[in-house]
Amino acid sequence: MAQAKGFFTDTSVCIGCKACEVACKEWNQLTGNPPAFLADSFDNTGRLDAENWRHVKFIENDAHLTAATTAGDGQAWLMMSDVCKHCQQASCAEVCPTNAIIRTEFDTVFIQQDTCNGCRNCIAACPYGVIGFSEKTGTARKCTLCYDRLQNDMTPACAKACPTQSIQFGDLSDLQTAADKRLAQLRQAGFTNAQLYGRDPDQVYGGLNSFFLLMDRPEVYGLPTGESARLPSRNNVGGYLGVAIAGALALIGAMLAFRRRRERPAGDPEPEPEPVRTPAGGGGES
Amino acid sequence: MLLAVHYAQPPEWRWYILAYFLLAGLAGGSYALGTMLRLWGRPSDEQAARLCFLMALPLTILCPLLLTVDLGHPLRFWHMLIDTGIAGPALNFKYWSPMSLGAWGLLVFGVFAALTFLEVVALDRRYPYPLSGFVARVLGGRAGRVVNVIGTVFALFVAGYTGVLLSVSNQPVWSDSYALGGLFLASGLSGAAALVTLCGRWRLGAEASDDVLHDADSYFAVLEVAFLVALFVTLAFAGQLARALMPPWVVLWAFAVLSLVPPLAGRLGGGLVVGSGGTAAIQRVRVSGTAVAVFVLVGVVALRAAVLWSSQG
Repeated sequence: MAQAKGFFTDTSVCIGCKACEVACKEWNQLTGNPPAFLADSFDNTGRLDAENWRHVKFIENDAHLTAATTAGDGQAWLMMSDVCKHCQQASCAEVCPTNAIIRTEFDTVFIQQDTCNGCRNCIAACPYGVIGFSEKTGTARKCTLCYDRLQNDMTPACAKACPTQSIQFGDLSDLQTAADKRLAQLRQAGFTNAQLYGRDPDQVYGGLNSFFLLMDRPEVYGLPTGESARLPSRNNVGGYLGVAIAGALALIGAMLAFRRRRERPAGDPEPEPEPVRTPAGGGGES
Repeated sequence: MLLAVHYAQPPEWRWYILAYFLLAGLAGGSYALGTMLRLWGRPSDEQAARLCFLMALPLTILCPLLLTVDLGHPLRFWHMLIDTGIAGPALNFKYWSPMSLGAWGLLVFGVFAALTFLEVVALDRRYPYPLSGFVARVLGGRAGRVVNVIGTVFALFVAGYTGVLLSVSNQPVWSDSYALGGLFLASGLSGAAALVTLCGRWRLGAEASDDVLHDADSYFAVLEVAFLVALFVTLAFAGQLARALMPPWVVLWAFAVLSLVPPLAGRLGGGLVVGSGGTAAIQRVRVSGTAVAVFVLVGVVALRAAVLWSSQG
Protein backbone atom coordinates (compact mmCIF):
# COMPACT_ATOMS: atom_id res chain seq x y z
CA MET A 1 0.00 0.00 0.00
CA ALA A 2 1.13 3.52 -0.77
CA GLN A 3 1.77 5.95 2.06
CA ALA A 4 -1.49 6.89 3.82
CA LYS A 5 -2.75 10.23 2.51
CA GLY A 6 -5.13 12.70 4.08
CA PHE A 7 -6.24 16.24 4.70
CA PHE A 8 -5.35 18.50 7.60
CA THR A 9 -7.90 21.31 7.68
CA ASP A 10 -6.75 24.20 9.82
CA THR A 11 -9.96 26.10 10.54
CA SER A 12 -8.05 28.96 12.19
CA VAL A 13 -7.00 30.30 8.80
CA CYS A 14 -10.18 29.51 6.83
CA ILE A 15 -11.62 32.74 5.41
CA GLY A 16 -14.80 31.24 3.99
CA CYS A 17 -13.95 32.00 0.35
CA LYS A 18 -15.41 28.66 -0.84
CA ALA A 19 -12.68 28.19 -3.43
CA CYS A 20 -12.49 24.59 -2.20
CA GLU A 21 -16.17 24.05 -2.96
CA VAL A 22 -15.80 25.44 -6.45
CA ALA A 23 -12.62 23.53 -7.22
CA CYS A 24 -14.18 20.30 -5.99
CA LYS A 25 -17.24 20.77 -8.17
CA GLU A 26 -15.13 21.70 -11.19
CA TRP A 27 -12.86 18.69 -10.97
CA ASN A 28 -15.49 16.14 -10.00
CA GLN A 29 -18.08 17.52 -12.43
CA LEU A 30 -20.63 18.17 -9.72
CA THR A 31 -23.33 20.58 -10.80
CA GLY A 32 -24.42 21.41 -7.26
CA ASN A 33 -27.96 21.85 -6.04
CA PRO A 34 -30.25 24.60 -7.33
CA PRO A 35 -29.48 27.85 -5.51
CA ALA A 36 -31.58 28.50 -2.45
CA PHE A 37 -31.69 31.19 0.21
CA LEU A 38 -30.97 29.37 3.43
CA ALA A 39 -30.93 32.42 5.71
CA ASP A 40 -27.87 30.94 7.29
CA SER A 41 -25.11 33.53 7.33
CA PHE A 42 -23.20 33.47 4.05
CA ASP A 43 -23.82 29.77 3.64
CA ASN A 44 -25.90 28.84 0.62
CA THR A 45 -24.55 25.32 0.28
CA GLY A 46 -26.29 23.99 3.36
CA ARG A 47 -24.69 20.65 3.90
CA LEU A 48 -22.52 17.95 2.48
CA ASP A 49 -24.39 15.68 0.08
CA ALA A 50 -24.11 13.96 -3.29
CA GLU A 51 -23.49 17.28 -5.05
CA ASN A 52 -21.42 19.01 -2.36
CA TRP A 53 -18.32 17.13 -1.31
CA ARG A 54 -16.82 20.19 0.37
CA HIS A 55 -18.93 22.54 2.45
CA VAL A 56 -17.67 25.70 4.13
CA LYS A 57 -19.56 26.06 7.37
CA PHE A 58 -20.23 29.57 8.69
CA ILE A 59 -20.79 29.17 12.39
CA GLU A 60 -22.07 32.32 14.06
CA ASN A 61 -20.65 32.22 17.52
CA ASP A 62 -21.27 35.01 20.01
CA ALA A 63 -18.72 33.53 22.36
CA HIS A 64 -16.06 34.69 19.93
CA LEU A 65 -17.23 38.30 19.77
CA THR A 66 -14.48 40.68 20.76
CA ALA A 67 -14.25 44.44 21.17
CA ALA A 68 -12.95 44.59 17.62
CA THR A 69 -16.00 42.89 16.14
CA THR A 70 -18.67 44.48 18.30
CA ALA A 71 -17.32 47.95 17.65
CA GLY A 72 -18.31 47.59 14.02
CA ASP A 73 -21.56 45.85 14.91
CA GLY A 74 -20.03 42.81 13.32
CA GLN A 75 -20.37 39.11 13.68
CA ALA A 76 -17.84 36.55 14.72
CA TRP A 77 -17.70 33.36 12.73
CA LEU A 78 -16.02 30.08 13.06
CA MET A 79 -15.35 28.85 9.55
CA MET A 80 -14.65 25.31 8.62
CA SER A 81 -14.30 23.60 5.28
CA ASP A 82 -16.05 20.33 6.02
CA VAL A 83 -15.43 17.13 4.07
CA CYS A 84 -15.53 13.35 4.39
CA LYS A 85 -13.36 12.36 7.34
CA HIS A 86 -12.06 9.14 5.75
CA CYS A 87 -12.38 7.46 9.16
CA GLN A 88 -10.07 4.61 10.03
CA GLN A 89 -13.11 2.80 11.43
CA ALA A 90 -15.66 3.92 8.88
CA SER A 91 -19.31 3.47 9.84
CA CYS A 92 -20.36 3.61 6.17
CA ALA A 93 -18.04 0.78 5.15
CA GLU A 94 -19.09 -1.24 8.17
CA VAL A 95 -22.76 -1.41 7.18
CA CYS A 96 -22.40 -1.40 3.36
CA PRO A 97 -24.01 -4.68 2.27
CA THR A 98 -22.42 -4.77 -1.19
CA ASN A 99 -18.83 -4.01 -0.19
CA ALA A 100 -18.99 -1.03 -2.51
CA ILE A 101 -17.20 1.06 0.13
CA ILE A 102 -13.53 0.17 0.31
CA ARG A 103 -10.22 1.53 1.55
CA THR A 104 -7.95 2.49 -1.30
CA GLU A 105 -4.22 2.01 -1.56
CA PHE A 106 -3.96 5.56 -0.15
CA ASP A 107 -5.88 4.44 2.96
CA THR A 108 -8.86 6.61 2.01
CA VAL A 109 -12.54 5.61 2.00
CA PHE A 110 -13.97 5.25 -1.50
CA ILE A 111 -17.43 4.34 -2.81
CA GLN A 112 -17.11 2.20 -5.94
CA GLN A 113 -19.76 3.63 -8.21
CA ASP A 114 -20.06 0.47 -10.32
CA THR A 115 -20.78 -1.65 -7.26
CA CYS A 116 -23.03 0.61 -5.18
CA ASN A 117 -26.70 -0.24 -5.71
CA GLY A 118 -28.13 2.78 -3.92
CA CYS A 119 -29.49 1.09 -0.78
CA ARG A 120 -28.56 4.19 1.26
CA ASN A 121 -27.54 2.20 4.35
CA CYS A 122 -24.27 4.15 4.45
CA ILE A 123 -26.20 7.42 4.66
CA ALA A 124 -28.02 6.16 7.75
CA ALA A 125 -24.69 5.13 9.27
CA CYS A 126 -22.38 8.07 8.54
CA PRO A 127 -22.17 10.01 11.84
CA TYR A 128 -20.96 13.13 10.04
CA GLY A 129 -23.80 13.37 7.50
CA VAL A 130 -21.27 13.30 4.68
CA ILE A 131 -22.78 10.88 2.17
CA GLY A 132 -25.67 11.81 -0.10
CA PHE A 133 -27.80 9.88 -2.55
CA SER A 134 -27.55 11.05 -6.14
CA GLU A 135 -30.76 10.85 -8.15
CA LYS A 136 -28.63 11.23 -11.28
CA THR A 137 -26.41 8.22 -10.73
CA GLY A 138 -28.67 6.21 -8.41
CA THR A 139 -25.75 5.73 -6.05
CA ALA A 140 -24.33 7.08 -2.80
CA ARG A 141 -21.66 9.70 -3.37
CA LYS A 142 -19.10 11.61 -1.34
CA CYS A 143 -15.57 12.98 -1.41
CA THR A 144 -13.12 10.53 -2.98
CA LEU A 145 -10.13 12.55 -1.76
CA CYS A 146 -9.67 13.01 -5.53
CA TYR A 147 -8.73 9.37 -5.99
CA ASP A 148 -8.13 9.90 -9.69
CA ARG A 149 -5.74 12.77 -8.98
CA LEU A 150 -3.92 10.76 -6.31
CA GLN A 151 -3.37 7.96 -8.80
CA ASN A 152 -1.62 10.53 -11.00
CA ASP A 153 0.43 11.99 -8.16
CA MET A 154 -1.60 15.19 -8.06
CA THR A 155 -2.93 17.19 -5.12
CA PRO A 156 -6.71 17.04 -4.53
CA ALA A 157 -8.53 19.95 -6.15
CA CYS A 158 -9.72 21.57 -2.92
CA ALA A 159 -6.26 21.64 -1.32
CA LYS A 160 -4.76 22.94 -4.55
CA ALA A 161 -7.28 25.81 -4.67
CA CYS A 162 -7.23 26.83 -1.01
CA PRO A 163 -5.61 30.28 -0.90
CA THR A 164 -4.80 30.27 2.82
CA GLN A 165 -3.52 26.71 3.15
CA SER A 166 -6.36 25.97 5.49
CA ILE A 167 -6.66 22.70 3.60
CA GLN A 168 -3.38 20.87 3.57
CA PHE A 169 -2.85 17.58 1.77
CA GLY A 170 -0.05 15.08 2.12
CA ASP A 171 1.23 11.99 3.85
CA LEU A 172 -0.74 11.48 7.03
CA SER A 173 2.34 11.37 9.27
CA ASP A 174 3.63 14.67 7.85
CA LEU A 175 0.22 16.28 8.31
CA GLN A 176 0.08 15.12 11.92
CA THR A 177 3.47 16.67 12.62
CA ALA A 178 2.40 19.94 10.98
CA ALA A 179 -0.83 19.93 12.99
CA ASP A 180 1.02 19.44 16.27
CA LYS A 181 3.26 22.41 15.50
CA ARG A 182 0.34 24.63 14.55
CA LEU A 183 -1.59 23.70 17.69
CA ALA A 184 1.40 24.53 19.88
CA GLN A 185 1.73 27.86 18.08
CA LEU A 186 -1.93 28.75 18.68
CA ARG A 187 -1.86 27.65 22.31
CA GLN A 188 1.19 29.82 22.83
CA ALA A 189 -0.70 32.73 21.29
CA GLY A 190 -3.44 32.30 23.87
CA PHE A 191 -6.04 30.31 21.94
CA THR A 192 -6.65 27.85 24.72
CA ASN A 193 -9.73 26.31 23.11
CA ALA A 194 -7.78 25.28 20.01
CA GLN A 195 -7.71 21.52 19.63
CA LEU A 196 -7.09 18.81 17.08
CA TYR A 197 -10.07 16.69 16.07
CA GLY A 198 -9.46 13.18 14.75
CA ARG A 199 -5.69 13.38 14.81
CA ASP A 200 -5.26 10.55 17.33
CA PRO A 201 -6.50 6.97 16.86
CA ASP A 202 -8.13 6.85 20.29
CA GLN A 203 -10.18 10.02 19.80
CA VAL A 204 -12.88 9.28 17.21
CA TYR A 205 -13.36 6.32 14.88
CA GLY A 206 -9.79 5.10 15.15
CA GLY A 207 -8.48 8.42 13.90
CA LEU A 208 -9.43 10.38 10.82
CA ASN A 209 -7.40 10.62 7.62
CA SER A 210 -9.09 13.97 7.18
CA PHE A 211 -8.60 15.66 10.53
CA PHE A 212 -9.12 19.21 11.75
CA LEU A 213 -7.72 21.94 13.92
CA LEU A 214 -10.74 23.47 15.66
CA MET A 215 -10.95 26.75 17.54
CA ASP A 216 -13.70 25.52 19.84
CA ARG A 217 -15.31 22.33 21.06
CA PRO A 218 -16.25 19.77 18.35
CA GLU A 219 -19.98 20.05 19.04
CA VAL A 220 -19.87 23.76 18.16
CA TYR A 221 -18.83 22.65 14.65
CA GLY A 222 -21.49 19.92 14.52
CA LEU A 223 -19.00 17.12 15.09
CA PRO A 224 -19.60 14.21 17.47
CA THR A 225 -17.33 14.07 20.47
CA GLY A 226 -15.38 11.02 21.50
CA GLU A 227 -18.20 9.85 23.79
CA SER A 228 -20.93 10.09 21.18
CA ALA A 229 -18.86 8.94 18.18
CA ARG A 230 -19.80 5.29 18.06
CA LEU A 231 -19.98 2.67 15.34
CA PRO A 232 -23.38 1.36 14.18
CA SER A 233 -22.35 -2.21 15.04
CA ARG A 234 -22.55 -1.31 18.74
CA ASN A 235 -26.26 -2.14 18.49
CA ASN A 236 -25.90 -5.56 16.86
CA VAL A 237 -25.74 -7.69 19.99
CA GLY A 238 -28.43 -5.77 21.88
CA GLY A 239 -30.71 -5.64 18.85
CA TYR A 240 -30.53 -9.36 18.08
CA LEU A 241 -30.81 -10.17 21.76
CA GLY A 242 -34.08 -8.24 21.77
CA VAL A 243 -35.31 -10.28 18.81
CA ALA A 244 -34.26 -13.53 20.49
CA ILE A 245 -36.01 -12.61 23.74
CA ALA A 246 -39.14 -11.52 21.88
CA GLY A 247 -39.10 -14.73 19.83
CA ALA A 248 -38.73 -16.93 22.90
CA LEU A 249 -41.44 -15.09 24.84
CA ALA A 250 -43.78 -15.15 21.84
CA LEU A 251 -43.35 -18.91 21.52
CA ILE A 252 -44.01 -19.34 25.24
CA GLY A 253 -47.08 -17.11 24.96
CA ALA A 254 -48.43 -19.07 22.01
CA MET A 255 -47.75 -22.32 23.85
CA LEU A 256 -49.74 -21.02 26.82
CA ALA A 257 -52.61 -20.11 24.51
CA PHE A 258 -52.72 -23.62 23.09
CA ARG A 259 -52.53 -25.13 26.57
CA ARG A 260 -55.32 -22.91 27.85
CA ARG A 261 -57.52 -24.18 25.07
CA ARG A 262 -56.76 -27.80 25.95
CA GLU A 263 -57.50 -27.14 29.60
CA ARG A 264 -60.72 -25.25 28.98
CA PRO A 265 -63.34 -26.44 31.53
CA ALA A 266 -66.29 -28.49 30.39
CA GLY A 267 -68.65 -25.58 31.12
CA ASP A 268 -66.88 -23.48 28.54
CA PRO A 269 -67.41 -25.51 25.39
CA GLU A 270 -64.88 -25.35 22.63
CA PRO A 271 -66.06 -23.76 19.46
CA GLU A 272 -67.40 -26.29 17.04
CA PRO A 273 -64.81 -26.75 14.31
CA GLU A 274 -65.98 -26.39 10.75
CA PRO A 275 -65.92 -29.59 8.74
CA VAL A 276 -62.48 -29.96 7.20
CA ARG A 277 -62.95 -29.82 3.49
CA THR A 278 -60.83 -28.75 0.60
CA PRO A 279 -62.16 -27.53 -2.71
CA ALA A 280 -61.01 -30.73 -4.43
CA GLY A 281 -62.41 -32.91 -1.73
CA GLY A 282 -59.01 -33.94 -0.35
CA GLY A 283 -57.21 -32.83 2.75
CA GLY A 284 -56.46 -34.11 6.14
CA GLU A 285 -53.29 -35.80 4.97
CA SER A 286 -51.08 -34.12 7.46
CA MET B 1 -26.42 9.61 31.50
CA LEU B 2 -24.98 10.31 28.09
CA LEU B 3 -27.47 12.04 25.81
CA ALA B 4 -27.25 10.90 22.22
CA VAL B 5 -25.97 13.42 19.69
CA HIS B 6 -26.72 12.86 16.02
CA TYR B 7 -25.50 14.60 12.90
CA ALA B 8 -26.39 11.83 10.42
CA GLN B 9 -28.51 12.55 7.36
CA PRO B 10 -31.74 10.58 6.85
CA PRO B 11 -31.48 7.74 4.31
CA GLU B 12 -34.93 8.59 2.92
CA TRP B 13 -36.34 5.13 3.50
CA ARG B 14 -40.02 5.80 2.92
CA TRP B 15 -43.03 3.99 1.43
CA TYR B 16 -41.38 0.97 -0.18
CA ILE B 17 -39.44 0.29 3.00
CA LEU B 18 -42.55 0.79 5.12
CA ALA B 19 -44.37 -1.75 2.94
CA TYR B 20 -41.39 -4.10 3.18
CA PHE B 21 -41.23 -3.86 6.95
CA LEU B 22 -44.95 -4.62 7.10
CA LEU B 23 -44.82 -7.59 4.73
CA ALA B 24 -41.67 -9.02 6.31
CA GLY B 25 -43.40 -8.98 9.69
CA LEU B 26 -46.56 -10.56 8.31
CA ALA B 27 -44.71 -13.17 6.22
CA GLY B 28 -42.47 -14.26 9.08
CA GLY B 29 -45.32 -14.09 11.55
CA SER B 30 -47.66 -16.13 9.33
CA TYR B 31 -45.11 -18.88 8.86
CA ALA B 32 -44.33 -19.04 12.58
CA LEU B 33 -48.05 -19.18 13.43
CA GLY B 34 -48.58 -21.94 10.87
CA THR B 35 -45.89 -24.01 12.51
CA MET B 36 -47.36 -23.41 15.98
CA LEU B 37 -50.81 -24.45 14.79
CA ARG B 38 -49.39 -27.62 13.30
CA LEU B 39 -47.16 -28.59 16.19
CA TRP B 40 -49.30 -27.62 19.15
CA GLY B 41 -52.81 -27.47 17.71
CA ARG B 42 -55.58 -29.94 17.08
CA PRO B 43 -56.16 -31.71 13.77
CA SER B 44 -58.85 -29.09 13.12
CA ASP B 45 -56.14 -26.39 13.20
CA GLU B 46 -54.56 -27.80 10.06
CA GLN B 47 -56.73 -25.64 7.80
CA ALA B 48 -55.60 -22.43 9.52
CA ALA B 49 -52.01 -23.67 9.47
CA ARG B 50 -52.24 -24.26 5.73
CA LEU B 51 -53.70 -20.79 5.29
CA CYS B 52 -50.70 -19.36 7.16
CA PHE B 53 -48.27 -21.17 4.89
CA LEU B 54 -50.21 -20.22 1.76
CA MET B 55 -49.97 -16.56 2.76
CA ALA B 56 -46.32 -16.67 3.83
CA LEU B 57 -44.84 -17.36 0.39
CA PRO B 58 -46.57 -14.60 -1.64
CA LEU B 59 -45.83 -12.12 1.13
CA THR B 60 -42.20 -13.23 1.14
CA ILE B 61 -41.93 -12.89 -2.63
CA LEU B 62 -43.16 -9.30 -2.42
CA CYS B 63 -40.43 -8.40 0.10
CA PRO B 64 -37.37 -8.49 -2.20
CA LEU B 65 -39.42 -6.87 -4.95
CA LEU B 66 -40.12 -3.87 -2.72
CA LEU B 67 -36.50 -3.70 -1.62
CA THR B 68 -35.32 -3.86 -5.22
CA VAL B 69 -37.65 -1.11 -6.39
CA ASP B 70 -36.36 1.09 -3.57
CA LEU B 71 -32.74 0.76 -4.71
CA GLY B 72 -31.12 3.54 -6.68
CA HIS B 73 -29.90 0.86 -9.09
CA PRO B 74 -32.55 -1.88 -9.00
CA LEU B 75 -30.71 -4.04 -11.52
CA ARG B 76 -27.83 -4.32 -9.07
CA PHE B 77 -29.97 -6.00 -6.41
CA TRP B 78 -27.79 -9.10 -6.68
CA HIS B 79 -24.79 -7.14 -5.37
CA MET B 80 -26.36 -7.77 -1.95
CA LEU B 81 -25.42 -11.43 -2.32
CA ILE B 82 -22.47 -11.46 -4.70
CA ASP B 83 -19.33 -9.43 -4.14
CA THR B 84 -18.26 -7.91 -7.46
CA GLY B 85 -15.04 -6.44 -6.06
CA ILE B 86 -11.59 -6.50 -7.58
CA ALA B 87 -10.80 -9.85 -5.98
CA GLY B 88 -13.34 -11.43 -8.30
CA PRO B 89 -16.87 -12.66 -7.74
CA ALA B 90 -17.49 -14.14 -4.31
CA LEU B 91 -20.38 -14.53 -1.94
CA ASN B 92 -21.12 -11.35 -0.05
CA PHE B 93 -21.87 -12.14 3.57
CA LYS B 94 -21.26 -9.58 6.31
CA TYR B 95 -22.79 -10.92 9.50
CA TRP B 96 -22.18 -7.60 11.23
CA SER B 97 -24.30 -5.73 8.67
CA PRO B 98 -28.02 -6.44 9.26
CA MET B 99 -28.81 -5.50 5.66
CA SER B 100 -26.40 -8.16 4.37
CA LEU B 101 -27.62 -10.70 6.92
CA GLY B 102 -31.22 -9.79 6.10
CA ALA B 103 -30.72 -10.34 2.37
CA TRP B 104 -29.48 -13.86 3.06
CA GLY B 105 -32.12 -14.45 5.72
CA LEU B 106 -34.85 -13.47 3.29
CA LEU B 107 -33.44 -15.78 0.64
CA VAL B 108 -33.17 -18.77 2.97
CA PHE B 109 -36.58 -18.12 4.50
CA GLY B 110 -37.99 -17.89 0.97
CA VAL B 111 -36.75 -21.42 0.29
CA PHE B 112 -38.47 -22.79 3.40
CA ALA B 113 -41.64 -20.82 2.68
CA ALA B 114 -41.63 -22.20 -0.88
CA LEU B 115 -41.13 -25.80 0.26
CA THR B 116 -44.01 -25.57 2.72
CA PHE B 117 -46.17 -23.77 0.18
CA LEU B 118 -45.62 -26.62 -2.31
CA GLU B 119 -46.45 -29.13 0.42
CA VAL B 120 -49.68 -27.36 1.31
CA VAL B 121 -50.73 -27.08 -2.32
CA ALA B 122 -50.16 -30.81 -2.60
CA LEU B 123 -52.16 -31.51 0.56
CA ASP B 124 -54.96 -29.43 -0.91
CA ARG B 125 -54.73 -31.65 -4.02
CA ARG B 126 -54.23 -28.73 -6.33
CA TYR B 127 -51.69 -30.48 -8.57
CA PRO B 128 -52.75 -32.78 -11.38
CA TYR B 129 -53.06 -36.43 -10.36
CA PRO B 130 -50.80 -38.14 -9.21
CA LEU B 131 -48.44 -35.26 -8.53
CA SER B 132 -50.22 -34.11 -5.38
CA GLY B 133 -49.75 -37.42 -3.63
CA PHE B 134 -46.10 -37.57 -4.64
CA VAL B 135 -45.27 -34.03 -3.49
CA ALA B 136 -47.22 -34.52 -0.26
CA ARG B 137 -45.25 -37.70 0.44
CA VAL B 138 -41.89 -36.04 -0.26
CA LEU B 139 -42.48 -32.70 1.46
CA GLY B 140 -45.10 -33.65 4.04
CA GLY B 141 -45.08 -35.77 7.17
CA ARG B 142 -41.97 -35.74 9.33
CA ALA B 143 -39.85 -33.96 6.70
CA GLY B 144 -42.49 -31.26 6.48
CA ARG B 145 -42.40 -30.74 10.23
CA VAL B 146 -38.60 -30.43 10.18
CA VAL B 147 -38.91 -27.86 7.38
CA ASN B 148 -41.53 -26.02 9.47
CA VAL B 149 -39.36 -25.87 12.57
CA ILE B 150 -36.18 -24.72 10.79
CA GLY B 151 -38.19 -22.36 8.61
CA THR B 152 -39.72 -20.82 11.73
CA VAL B 153 -36.28 -19.82 13.00
CA PHE B 154 -35.73 -17.86 9.79
CA ALA B 155 -39.32 -16.61 9.84
CA LEU B 156 -38.81 -15.06 13.28
CA PHE B 157 -35.54 -13.58 12.08
CA VAL B 158 -37.15 -12.01 9.01
CA ALA B 159 -39.98 -10.59 11.11
CA GLY B 160 -37.62 -9.05 13.64
CA TYR B 161 -34.30 -8.18 12.00
CA THR B 162 -35.76 -5.10 10.30
CA GLY B 163 -35.79 -3.39 13.69
CA VAL B 164 -32.14 -4.31 14.22
CA LEU B 165 -31.36 -2.95 10.76
CA LEU B 166 -32.66 0.43 11.88
CA SER B 167 -30.83 0.26 15.20
CA VAL B 168 -27.49 -0.52 13.56
CA SER B 169 -27.07 3.01 12.25
CA ASN B 170 -26.32 6.45 13.64
CA GLN B 171 -29.83 7.79 13.12
CA PRO B 172 -31.69 9.51 15.95
CA VAL B 173 -34.37 7.35 17.60
CA TRP B 174 -33.38 4.20 15.68
CA SER B 175 -29.88 3.88 17.07
CA ASP B 176 -30.88 4.95 20.57
CA SER B 177 -32.65 1.73 21.54
CA TYR B 178 -32.20 -2.03 21.37
CA ALA B 179 -35.94 -2.60 21.52
CA LEU B 180 -36.91 -2.13 17.86
CA GLY B 181 -36.11 -5.70 16.77
CA GLY B 182 -38.19 -7.30 19.50
CA LEU B 183 -40.95 -4.74 18.99
CA PHE B 184 -41.20 -5.44 15.26
CA LEU B 185 -41.23 -9.18 15.88
CA ALA B 186 -44.02 -8.99 18.46
CA SER B 187 -45.97 -6.64 16.20
CA GLY B 188 -45.40 -8.87 13.15
CA LEU B 189 -46.77 -11.91 14.99
CA SER B 190 -49.76 -9.91 16.19
CA GLY B 191 -50.42 -8.62 12.68
CA ALA B 192 -50.09 -12.11 11.24
CA ALA B 193 -52.62 -13.46 13.74
CA ALA B 194 -55.02 -10.70 12.69
CA LEU B 195 -54.41 -11.39 9.00
CA VAL B 196 -55.01 -15.12 9.39
CA THR B 197 -58.23 -14.40 11.26
CA LEU B 198 -59.25 -12.02 8.51
CA CYS B 199 -58.44 -14.36 5.63
CA GLY B 200 -59.82 -17.36 7.48
CA ARG B 201 -63.25 -16.27 6.27
CA TRP B 202 -62.29 -17.48 2.82
CA ARG B 203 -60.95 -20.90 3.76
CA LEU B 204 -63.28 -23.57 4.99
CA GLY B 205 -62.39 -24.81 8.43
CA ALA B 206 -59.86 -22.09 9.23
CA GLU B 207 -62.30 -20.40 11.62
CA ALA B 208 -61.85 -23.35 13.95
CA SER B 209 -58.57 -21.78 15.06
CA ASP B 210 -59.88 -18.28 15.63
CA ASP B 211 -60.14 -18.75 19.38
CA VAL B 212 -56.57 -19.88 19.89
CA LEU B 213 -55.27 -17.25 17.47
CA HIS B 214 -57.05 -14.54 19.42
CA ASP B 215 -55.64 -15.89 22.64
CA ALA B 216 -52.12 -16.08 21.21
CA ASP B 217 -52.52 -12.57 19.83
CA SER B 218 -53.29 -11.29 23.30
CA TYR B 219 -49.93 -12.64 24.49
CA PHE B 220 -48.21 -11.03 21.49
CA ALA B 221 -49.91 -7.74 22.38
CA VAL B 222 -48.61 -7.95 25.97
CA LEU B 223 -45.13 -8.57 24.55
CA GLU B 224 -45.52 -5.61 22.21
CA VAL B 225 -46.52 -3.36 25.10
CA ALA B 226 -43.45 -4.48 27.03
CA PHE B 227 -41.16 -3.65 24.11
CA LEU B 228 -42.93 -0.34 23.50
CA VAL B 229 -42.30 0.62 27.12
CA ALA B 230 -38.65 -0.47 26.74
CA LEU B 231 -38.38 1.64 23.59
CA PHE B 232 -39.83 4.75 25.20
CA VAL B 233 -37.70 4.38 28.33
CA THR B 234 -34.47 3.96 26.34
CA LEU B 235 -35.39 6.90 24.11
CA ALA B 236 -36.08 9.02 27.19
CA PHE B 237 -32.65 8.17 28.60
CA ALA B 238 -31.06 9.11 25.28
CA GLY B 239 -32.98 12.38 25.20
CA GLN B 240 -34.77 11.40 21.99
CA LEU B 241 -38.30 10.71 23.27
CA ALA B 242 -39.54 14.20 22.45
CA ARG B 243 -38.27 13.83 18.91
CA ALA B 244 -39.96 10.44 18.51
CA LEU B 245 -43.29 11.73 19.82
CA MET B 246 -43.20 15.02 17.93
CA PRO B 247 -46.39 15.95 16.02
CA PRO B 248 -47.59 14.60 13.65
CA TRP B 249 -45.84 11.30 14.43
CA VAL B 250 -47.51 11.15 17.82
CA VAL B 251 -50.74 10.36 15.97
CA LEU B 252 -49.11 7.29 14.44
CA TRP B 253 -47.83 6.19 17.85
CA ALA B 254 -51.33 6.69 19.26
CA PHE B 255 -52.79 4.47 16.51
CA ALA B 256 -50.18 1.83 17.21
CA VAL B 257 -50.97 1.85 20.93
CA LEU B 258 -54.75 1.93 20.44
CA SER B 259 -54.59 -1.06 18.11
CA LEU B 260 -53.31 -3.10 21.03
CA VAL B 261 -56.47 -2.49 23.04
CA PRO B 262 -58.69 -5.17 21.42
CA PRO B 263 -56.19 -8.02 21.84
CA LEU B 264 -55.34 -6.82 25.34
CA ALA B 265 -59.05 -6.56 26.19
CA GLY B 266 -59.31 -10.20 25.17
CA ARG B 267 -56.46 -11.01 27.55
CA LEU B 268 -58.25 -9.18 30.36
CA GLY B 269 -61.57 -10.93 29.95
CA GLY B 270 -63.03 -10.94 26.48
CA GLY B 271 -64.76 -8.54 24.12
CA LEU B 272 -65.06 -4.79 24.33
CA VAL B 273 -67.79 -3.27 26.46
CA VAL B 274 -70.32 -1.25 24.53
CA GLY B 275 -73.25 0.61 26.07
CA SER B 276 -76.69 -0.57 25.01
CA GLY B 277 -79.79 1.57 24.63
CA GLY B 278 -82.14 -0.84 26.37
CA THR B 279 -83.09 -1.36 29.97
CA ALA B 280 -79.93 -3.33 30.72
CA ALA B 281 -77.19 -1.00 31.82
CA ILE B 282 -74.41 -2.49 29.84
CA GLN B 283 -74.34 -5.32 27.42
CA ARG B 284 -71.18 -7.13 26.59
CA VAL B 285 -70.80 -7.67 22.89
CA ARG B 286 -68.09 -9.03 20.72
CA VAL B 287 -66.81 -6.48 18.31
CA SER B 288 -66.74 -7.84 14.79
CA GLY B 289 -63.66 -10.02 14.33
CA THR B 290 -63.09 -8.49 10.92
CA ALA B 291 -63.10 -4.95 12.26
CA VAL B 292 -60.72 -5.88 15.06
CA ALA B 293 -58.36 -7.62 12.64
CA VAL B 294 -58.30 -4.59 10.34
CA PHE B 295 -57.75 -2.31 13.33
CA VAL B 296 -54.81 -4.40 14.51
CA LEU B 297 -53.29 -4.40 11.02
CA VAL B 298 -53.62 -0.62 10.77
CA GLY B 299 -51.79 -0.44 14.09
CA VAL B 300 -48.99 -2.63 12.74
CA VAL B 301 -48.55 -0.23 9.80
CA ALA B 302 -48.78 2.81 12.08
CA LEU B 303 -46.08 1.48 14.38
CA ARG B 304 -43.59 1.02 11.54
CA ALA B 305 -44.50 4.36 9.99
CA ALA B 306 -44.02 6.08 13.37
CA VAL B 307 -40.58 4.54 13.77
CA LEU B 308 -39.51 5.30 10.19
CA TRP B 309 -40.83 8.84 9.95
CA SER B 310 -40.08 10.13 13.44
CA SER B 311 -36.39 9.64 12.85
CA GLN B 312 -36.24 10.94 9.30
CA GLY B 313 -38.64 13.82 9.69
